Formats: sequence, C-alpha cells, structure tokens
Amino acid sequence: MKMSYREAIRQALRGALAADPRVFLMGEDVGKYGGTYACSKGLLDEFGPERIRDTPLSELGFVGAGIGAALGGLRPIVEVMTVNFSLLALDQIVNTAAALRHMSGGQFSVPLVVRMATGAGRQLAAQHSHSLENWYAHIPGIKVLAPATIADARGMLAPALADPDPVVIFEHAQLYNLEDELPGDFQCDIASAAVRREGKAVTLITYGGSLPKTLAAAEELAGSGIDAEVVDLRVLRPLDTATLFVSVKKTRRAVVIDEGWKSGSLAAEVMARIAEESFFELDAPLKRVCSAEVPIPYAKHMEEAALPQVPKIVAAVRELLGK
Amino acid sequence: MIAPPPSGPVPWEQDFARQLLFDMLRIRRMEEKCAELYGEQKIRGFLHLYIGEEACAVGALHALEPDDNIVATYREHGHALVRGVSMNAIMAEMFGKRDGCSRGRGGSMHLFDAATRFYGGNAIVGGGLPLAAGFALADKLQNMQHVTACFFGEGAMAEGAFHEAMNLAALWQLPVLFCCENNLYAMGTALARSEAQTDLCAKAAAYGMPSMAADGMDVVAVHEATKLAVRHVRDGLGPFFLECRTYRFRAHSMFDPELYRDKTEVEQWKQRGPLHTFSARLKAEGKLTEETFLALDAKANTEVQAAVAFAEASPWEPIEDLLKDVHTPGATS
Repeated sequence: MKMSYREAIRQALRGALAADPRVFLMGEDVGKYGGTYACSKGLLDEFGPERIRDTPLSELGFVGAGIGAALGGLRPIVEVMTVNFSLLALDQIVNTAAALRHMSGGQFSVPLVVRMATGAGRQLAAQHSHSLENWYAHIPGIKVLAPATIADARGMLAPALADPDPVVIFEHAQLYNLEDELPGDFQCDIASAAVRREGKAVTLITYGGSLPKTLAAAEELAGSGIDAEVVDLRVLRPLDTATLFVSVKKTRRAVVIDEGWKSGSLAAEVMARIAEESFFELDAPLKRVCSAEVPIPYAKHMEEAALPQVPKIVAAVRELLGK
Repeated sequence: MIAPPPSGPVPWEQDFARQLLFDMLRIRRMEEKCAELYGEQKIRGFLHLYIGEEACAVGALHALEPDDNIVATYREHGHALVRGVSMNAIMAEMFGKRDGCSRGRGGSMHLFDAATRFYGGNAIVGGGLPLAAGFALADKLQNMQHVTACFFGEGAMAEGAFHEAMNLAALWQLPVLFCCENNLYAMGTALARSEAQTDLCAKAAAYGMPSMAADGMDVVAVHEATKLAVRHVRDGLGPFFLECRTYRFRAHSMFDPELYRDKTEVEQWKQRGPLHTFSARLKAEGKLTEETFLALDAKANTEVQAAVAFAEASPWEPIEDLLKDVHTPGATS
C-alpha cells in the first residue's frame, strides 16, 4: 500500500495507542491542532484528550513530566515540535532520562519515547532547521533513531516503546511528504543499519533526510558506471558498526553524508570508527558531505547551498574515485 | 494562602511525638558523622548537609503513605532516611560502596530507592519538579490515589522548571504536593537577592494553587500543615504548595566558606533549632524526660556507628561492572 511518511507515523501512533492502554501522546498542538506536521491528525477524536494530550509551551516541563509518567508506569510518547526546541528540554533528557538508570544503581528504567522533527529545507531559517541528532547520539543511556523510509516510519515506534530505556526518534521534516509502498511486514529492529542499495565501488553512509538525496546520487552515479552501495544508519546510537565494516570491506571506499555540521558531527564519529577498525581495508581516504558551517539561512538559494545536495554527493564520490 | 493550624500543645500521642524526635536525631547524628567522615576523606564529592532543617523532612514525610512518590533534591539524606531507606545503605552510598542504595553510582547527591518509592537525589536545581508532575499524571491516568511529594529549595523557584511544573500540575489538576524548604539562601545568594517576589506563596497563587506557609523549624507545624496539604491533594482537589520556612545551620556544601551571611544570623536561627525546641516542648508537656531523650540519642548514635561499620565493610563494585546499568539488561540492542 502506498502512503506518505506522515501517514506511516500516524498509523504507528494509532497502532501503539490501540495496542497498549499505557501509551499516550503528549506535546505542543498534538491534539486539537492535529500535530504541527499533522502526524496526530484525527487521533484526539479517536483516543480522547487524556491520551492525546495538548501541552503548554513548556518543553522542559512536559519532557520531564514524560519521564515521571514513564517511571510511574505509563508509556509516554512525547512529541517535541523541532530539535531546536528540544534544547529547552535537553536538561531533562540528558541529566535525568539518560542518567537515571545508572545513577540509581540500576533501579529505574525510563521507558520514554521522545519524537521530534529535525532538519532543513523549508526556508525556516536558523531556529527551526538544524540537525542536532549527534548531540543526542553522544549521550550514553539513550537510543537515537532516524527513520528514513516509510517502513521505518511505520515500524520503529513499536520497538521503541517496547524498549525499557529512553529512545529519541528524529523525523526529518522533509520526509513527511515522501510517498512509498509500505511493505506488508514492517516490523523491524532498532539495532541495525540497513543496506538500501547494493554496490561495489563505494559505500555511501547516511541517515534521515539525507537518504533520499543519497539514493538519488547513487542512481546518477550508476548512470556513469559507478556502482555505489548506500547504507542507512537507521540507529544513530548505538551505531551498528558491523554493517558499516562489512560494506567498507567490500567497496574499500566510503563517503558519509550528514546534514549536521562537519565539526564534531555524526559523520566524524562514523569516519573515526571506520578508521579505527577498517583502516587497512580502505583504498582511499574517507570523505564526507556535511552542511556548511553556518546557521541555516532563510533565502532559498542560500539554504540549498548550505545543505548536502545530490550534486555535492556525486562530486564527492567522483573525486574519491578519480572519475 | 491558607492559614496554618494554630500552635498549642503538641497534638500527638507520646509515642508518635517521640518517633518524630527520634527521626530528627537520626538525621542529625548521621550528618554530624558524615561531616567528620568527609574530613577523613571517607566521603568525597559534594556533601550537602541538612542540619537545622530536619523538622521539614520529618514533619512532612510522616504525613505521607508508603505508596506515595517522593522526589527530592541533592540535600536529601534526611528525606531518604525518614522515608525508610536504611542508614546502612545511605552511608554505604556516600562511601561509594556496592551496598549503597545506588550501588555507589550516585553518592550523596543521588540517593535512590525503589522499595520506598524514593526517586532521588536530583542535583539539577528544579529538575525534580517536572518529574513529580509526571508521576502525578501517571497516577491520575491510572486512577491511583497516590500523592507525589516534591521537595525543593526556594532557589529552585527562580528556575523555569519550577514554573513549568507548577503550571502543568495546576492546569491538569495533578496530585502533587510541592514542598518548598525555604532556607533563605540559594547556595550563597539570599532570597531577596534572587527573587523579585519574596512571598513564595504568591507564586503559587499565580497558578491558582492553594498554599500554606509553615514554620519549618517546628516539626509539629510542618506535620500538621502537611497533613492538611496531603488531604487536599489526595482528595483529588489538585496540587498544593507548602512553604516550610527553615534555615541551614551548616555551610551549603563542604567547600563553602560562608562569606555571604553573618555568624550572628546563624546563631539566632540556632536558638530556634528544631531538635532542642521540640524536645524542650515535650519535656514541658510531660511527654519526654531527659533520660528518655538521652536513650533516644544513644540509639541514634548506635545506628550511626553500625552504618559506618557497614559502609566500611561493604565491598567496592568491581570495575568490570563499570558499564552495567547504562541500559536495561535484555533490552533490544
């Protein structure tokens, strides 16, 4: 069945709410408004205001309340409008949700799911467009997911809710309108990376909103005889490095595509892992395509210039291969 | 703001009164020993003593039920102890030992205990308040009649987390008892130097939340006020803000040179110390003799000695377990 990423998220939410009375959705404008990105449209009528809970503009407060509710026996899904706004809740996520289990000597798990939109591409400028997934991927005690396909948008929520520990899910805002076939079996793990396209010449490693661009780049490269493999990280913490190493061993070259800024990026971490473990498998230096180191600008041409784009990915691969 | 119950004779049975006195003594003797052990470097890190404020935890916690949730701060030794966490486990935690209530992972600032629903031990000022709102939300949605009691200092009231949690709790009519222990100093910053509005109950009023201010140096006043507050919350009437006006006799932490307050101010507050004023009152009312007081004190000291011995004897957690409990065992990855 063909559906949008948004619809897949909505079905995942509906499925989770129907399956477990402990599950509830909480966040800014998730109810009456139907969700900033319309992911929860219709759910208020179906599940009522106790379980589709509109919150005040209190990211720190309601994410913290989500932690308390999780400890108190519920399975909250907390929606934060964008990753930029999640910085207001960073204290609760990092200092409490992620730390509580270890800090209490293993006494308390925090079965909390936090969903948030991330990324640029809609001319929303410097306070609504950033990709800070790597900030979260830095933190021990949480898992970080980046569904980039319709199947993952539909499938990742259930295992995230089943996980006894906090899980942060990043939904790239450019993906919501993406349409694709939803496979009959969309059940998935939240542990492994996925090879989205097989190839032999180079491994393109990416996640989230950069996956469609990377696949398009691979398609273009195929036209000129360059057979690129595309690996979707899916899970940003903990990284499934085994899948990366297998691919790099096969292709002997890797380019990382990451919408985050280069300095201190997830791309940097992926490259470091490959360099540590697979250095002698490589025939060429590692490369990456990241966002320009600038707060994301408003003007369309400037925003586009700041982000990883298909031509930049293609150019990086050609440069690496000398073709 | 609701007027606190009038003061008069101690309105309690002798045994109950003595229990509360004993609990205050247990906290005092335990923490005096902690200060000593800090000097000996047995206890490290930050150590925030509660000495002087014992009436708050003792009076308030004795008004709560075992199924209620307790959320506290980094000055929480007393709360943990009165809540029922064993002194052995608390002391071992401060030593960083494996038998500590947080397996030595938390230390003085992060005492936790699932069995007594004691949820820390939160050392980000104001950080516990949203958590408390969440516990209360869970209870409300699951139709539980529990109260979540959240302790914090007046310093937390300058944090956004305080206002966000107060608003959420009032907006959703959550069963939270917000218990502010106003000891007048946020570390070294006096209330009037950090708050535009120093009438703390007025802040609760801004959220339409009922409130009461109690004499935090008087265990009777705190307990009677908390009973009323807990009744309100448990009856489903929404959250309640209780201010306990108290004073910290010791420094903020062991690193604090106390440059921000006069010794005479400290001495004046010590005249109102919760232990000697309450024991004097009980004696005057014929509910306590000096002999009984000394026996209780000796019992508290014995417990402290045993706790120190326990902590000394407890093993260190093996370094191989360093990464244990970052994630729940058997989780999906």
